[in-house]
Amino acid sequence: MSNAVIDKSEAPGRASGPAPLRQARLPRWTPYALLVVSAAAGAGIGTALGMDSAFQWGLIAAVVFVLAGYGLGAVVEGGRQARDRLATSLVWVCFLLAVVPLLSLIWETIDRGRTVLDGYFLSHSMEGVQTILPGGGAYHAIIGTLEQVALAAVIAVPIGLLTAIYLVEYGRGRLAKAVTFFVDVMTGIPSIVAGLFILSFWIIILDFSYSGFAGAMALAILMMPIVVRSTEEMLKLVPDELREASLALGVPKWRTILKVVLPTAIGGITTGVMLAVARIAGESAPIVLLVFGAAGINNNPFEGAQSSLPYYIYEQWQLGNDASFNRAWAAALVLIAFVMILNLVARGIARWKAPKTGR
Amino acid sequence: MKTDIEPISSAAGSPPQVRTRSIGRAGDKIFLGLSRGSGIALLVIMAAIAAFLTYRAAVAISKDEANFLTTFEWNTGSSPMRFGIAVLAYGTVVSSVIAMVIAVPIAVGIALFISHYAPRRLAAPVAYVIDLLAAVPSIVYGLWGALFLVPHLTGLYTWFDDYLGWTGILSYQGGAARSLFTVGILLAIMILPIVTSVSREVFRQVPKMHEEAALALGATRWEVIRMAVLPFGRSGIISASMLGLGRALGETMAVATVLSPNFLIETSLLDPGGGTFAQNIASHFKEAGDGGRDALIASGLVLFVITLLVNGAARMIIARRKEYSGTAA
Repeated sequence: MSNAVIDKSEAPGRASGPAPLRQARLPRWTPYALLVVSAAAGAGIGTALGMDSAFQWGLIAAVVFVLAGYGLGAVVEGGRQARDRLATSLVWVCFLLAVVPLLSLIWETIDRGRTVLDGYFLSHSMEGVQTILPGGGAYHAIIGTLEQVALAAVIAVPIGLLTAIYLVEYGRGRLAKAVTFFVDVMTGIPSIVAGLFILSFWIIILDFSYSGFAGAMALAILMMPIVVRSTEEMLKLVPDELREASLALGVPKWRTILKVVLPTAIGGITTGVMLAVARIAGESAPIVLLVFGAAGINNNPFEGAQSSLPYYIYEQWQLGNDASFNRAWAAALVLIAFVMILNLVARGIARWKAPKTGR
Repeated sequence: MKTDIEPISSAAGSPPQVRTRSIGRAGDKIFLGLSRGSGIALLVIMAAIAAFLTYRAAVAISKDEANFLTTFEWNTGSSPMRFGIAVLAYGTVVSSVIAMVIAVPIAVGIALFISHYAPRRLAAPVAYVIDLLAAVPSIVYGLWGALFLVPHLTGLYTWFDDYLGWTGILSYQGGAARSLFTVGILLAIMILPIVTSVSREVFRQVPKMHEEAALALGATRWEVIRMAVLPFGRSGIISASMLGLGRALGETMAVATVLSPNFLIETSLLDPGGGTFAQNIASHFKEAGDGGRDALIASGLVLFVITLLVNGAARMIIARRKEYSGTAA
């Protein structure tokens, strides 16, 4: 740290004598020491004021940590360094603030969900179960989720893949620009609007009844842009040398795409599709509008009301008694586990089959 | 898009008479047709969404006895229907704005943490954890919000009431904290991941030379961020926030579980009441008759248009950024 950039505020005080080449610095272990001190302060003040929430203690400790770091820095190192310390500790606090709700959410779900989650819960429906009593399960909801998500994927994946291929391999001109823009905009469509669209088109105008398939169509609308986006990114990573080599051998373009480009990117595409599936598996708004919910098992997604895990959670929450809350938490645990496993597997595939860019 | 492959393929195809050419041509045509068709299908779906919603909304609004924009009422059961979106528009905007005010600074902080502050070994897992936040289904957030967050906020709200109650907007009468402010907090948690990940990408694109130049001039890390990173990333942060805003505006189930709705605009943000577009649709759908469904579709159309504008604007900002950062980098 050269003398030239020392803050104006400390220049006058130290003008006498030879100017020091280095500013005074706090030792490297200062943040850790401060952390211990502020934790102790947080606990101390918390107990003294009789606050029983650990979160409040944490908040006090965080405030003490940020202020003490700034004050100490300001006294020893000068204003600029102090501001740097302040920014650093604020950034750390931001990070912790984000982690707190996630941990709390996962902890609550596991803690409350495991009380009723067992083989019985996974293999029985709510048919004939008195909702204020314990018992019953989410089998019908799991079946519904799996069928609706599978149907949605069957509709959305081909369209999404082909659109991405069009954008990357053929897309030039205004049509491609329009498609790119609207894919982006489509990612932002609220799920309830997709549900309302299918409602007005499929159920009100074409006069079909509520069914799992209607829900699957709304989910497909939500899934398409995600698939297009991720596939597009992956196809762009395929080196052009591969395409050129194949074309130079006289292979037609469509076979080049099918036999060279897609296999190269297949890992990333699979990841994208699985992440999209994980995303729509948790959607409940369209299901409320289109599938209508049922207590019994309905294996046919094309006819009659079904249930789904997100819908089941909502329904059990609405019943508003302890037994149903427990069932809601258990279903939430199943849903989170399903989504997280899909996420983990998808990312595993991405890492395992990462396209070799040759760079 | 990246390189021009067209000339090569036409050069390979035209001059010599290759035997597979005709099959290749036909295959090419079919394939191009299929993929272009899918692209067009997406556009058609977007157009159809707008068209069908508008049609049903027009049917509903023609039957509406009251002013659709200014009425504080949602009465679709009676024979002359009276409904209006004033309360819903207010609740949607207020809860989303609260969410933005809370989430954007924290998200930018986390993005900076991942891109500039975290030890390298910590950065990747942190980014992953933030992505996990995005993977949690919204109904689970709703359940957690209603059964965990709401009871835990009473203390904070009483504190607000004690010290800030005189402002009127932060007074609190007690009772379950199922208010617009709680919804805002929950939405903030839910939009944190998307705002973080978009701003993180932008911060990562900051030219290394700018940062190193600032460091070489003796800037501290915070000064590097203030003088090199944030100015470069400003438009990125704006568009990231708007994407988050789009999410918050359209969030349904988390709001429907947490809020205890009514058709009044409360002065205090902490008192239960109000509603949002999406929440109102989900809560009123089951009891709605044919006319009621159309009325809900009309409110959904308003939501659709708002999110379309917000997202479109965000994407335009990102796209414009891409163009000039592409030439500058």
